[in-house]
Amino acid sequence: MKSAIFQLDGLGVRFGPVQALRAVTLRIEPGESVALVGANGSGKSTLLRVLHGLIRPTSGQLRADSAARQAMLFQRPFMLRSSALNNVALGLWLRGTPWRAARALALQALQRVELQEQAFRPARTLSGGQQQRLALARAWALAPDVLLLDEPTASLDPHAKREVEQLMAEFSHGRAGQPLTMVFASHNLGQVKRLATRVVYLEHGRVLADLPVAQFFDAEGLKAASIEADLFVKGELV
Amino acid sequence: MSNGDSYDTRFMSTITESAASALQLLIPPDPVLLSIVARSLGVSATACAIGCALGLLFGAWLGVARFAGREAINTLTNTLLAIPAVVVGLLVYLLLSRSGPLGYLGWLFSVEAMVLAQALLVLPIATALTRQIVEDRENWHGQQLRSLGAGTGLRGLLLAWDERYALLTVIMACFGRAIAEVGAVMIVGGNIEGFTRVMTTAIALETSKGDLPLALALGLILLTVVLLLNAAIAVLRRWREQSEGQSRQLATSQGLT
Repeated sequence: MKSAIFQLDGLGVRFGPVQALRAVTLRIEPGESVALVGANGSGKSTLLRVLHGLIRPTSGQLRADSAARQAMLFQRPFMLRSSALNNVALGLWLRGTPWRAARALALQALQRVELQEQAFRPARTLSGGQQQRLALARAWALAPDVLLLDEPTASLDPHAKREVEQLMAEFSHGRAGQPLTMVFASHNLGQVKRLATRVVYLEHGRVLADLPVAQFFDAEGLKAASIEADLFVKGELV
Repeated sequence: MSNGDSYDTRFMSTITESAASALQLLIPPDPVLLSIVARSLGVSATACAIGCALGLLFGAWLGVARFAGREAINTLTNTLLAIPAVVVGLLVYLLLSRSGPLGYLGWLFSVEAMVLAQALLVLPIATALTRQIVEDRENWHGQQLRSLGAGTGLRGLLLAWDERYALLTVIMACFGRAIAEVGAVMIVGGNIEGFTRVMTTAIALETSKGDLPLALALGLILLTVVLLLNAAIAVLRRWREQSEGQSRQLATSQGLT
């Protein structure tokens, strides 16, 4: 059996009185594209942060492939008060690339997301969609094996959404024959259909359904797995 | 004429006399006054540079670090914001007096002692305000910087650098506190003419001698110096905001936002 990128066994996270994740058991294989769906407060973002090592589980076990390089994209990317190029180069520099080489690699990453003409503009003057593409470039420059995305298109207009989604689709194919494992949280069911190979439905911190994407959107299959998930897909539960 | 009118008239005439005295001191420039202004600026700028350098670094680190006892340090620095300058002066006096632990330096009644006292005075201001600014940013964006691989120290520095314009205001507040205080420099400097006399100690001296117009004139000059510095900082900030605003306008005109 090949080794998993992430293996979670009965994992729980508690923030004071709030139990954000409860007994989550999940296995994510290399090259999978997993969508985390569920209503607000269901634990999607917490789960992503646990996978990325930003939050420690309070119970259960998390085993992550330590050789796999990770990068994470947030709903509202943080850009330093500096140029777009420097913001991308910063990520590389923080992981040990000398500054000059980091800037050269950053320029390539900006070309990848078609932002090379904005390289020397202050990052914060870019539009929301451009900033999200910039964040994708920053993540992509790190040559990740695992890309974690927390509702990356949630606050974007339809045009910017399409651009970012297009890049996500391209990135999900990996590069140089290396598969990319993508785990993303989304409320956009169309996006989930287009990008995911597998869907994990969360409610109140529990995994209620974990199905291949085709099965998740098949009414009978989903109803059998979880009535709540079925209602969510029909738009009757938010 | 009522007593109230009499006081008003006296007040106004003192102010007018002070303004005239200030002008007389400035045109042509009085060399003694210039040396006092230069000493004031030199002492306070050096103290501010030392206190702010340490305070900004320590505050930035406190803003992101999480450890047992952190809250106690925060409470202590916040309390020290209100420490009277004379108390700092007294502590530095005790440190530097011949029998004190730093007495061997021979700094008492010297410019160095004044710098040390003012640096200690501004240190908690720089620390507490920087800590608050950086902590707010850390709460919003700390996870993203951690995700990129920034450890505690680097995160503090990056967030402080990102908030450099806000920190400029902190530095100005520190400078204002340093140049305006009189208690500490009076105790450790001794107000020695031509050696440790600065604007505030000169004002205190002239007031005690009863030369109120001259004291007020010195006060007006002190305010003018600080006003000019603040204006320079404001121009710098405005210039930065405008240059960033123009980039945004350009982006809007190109349909990029």
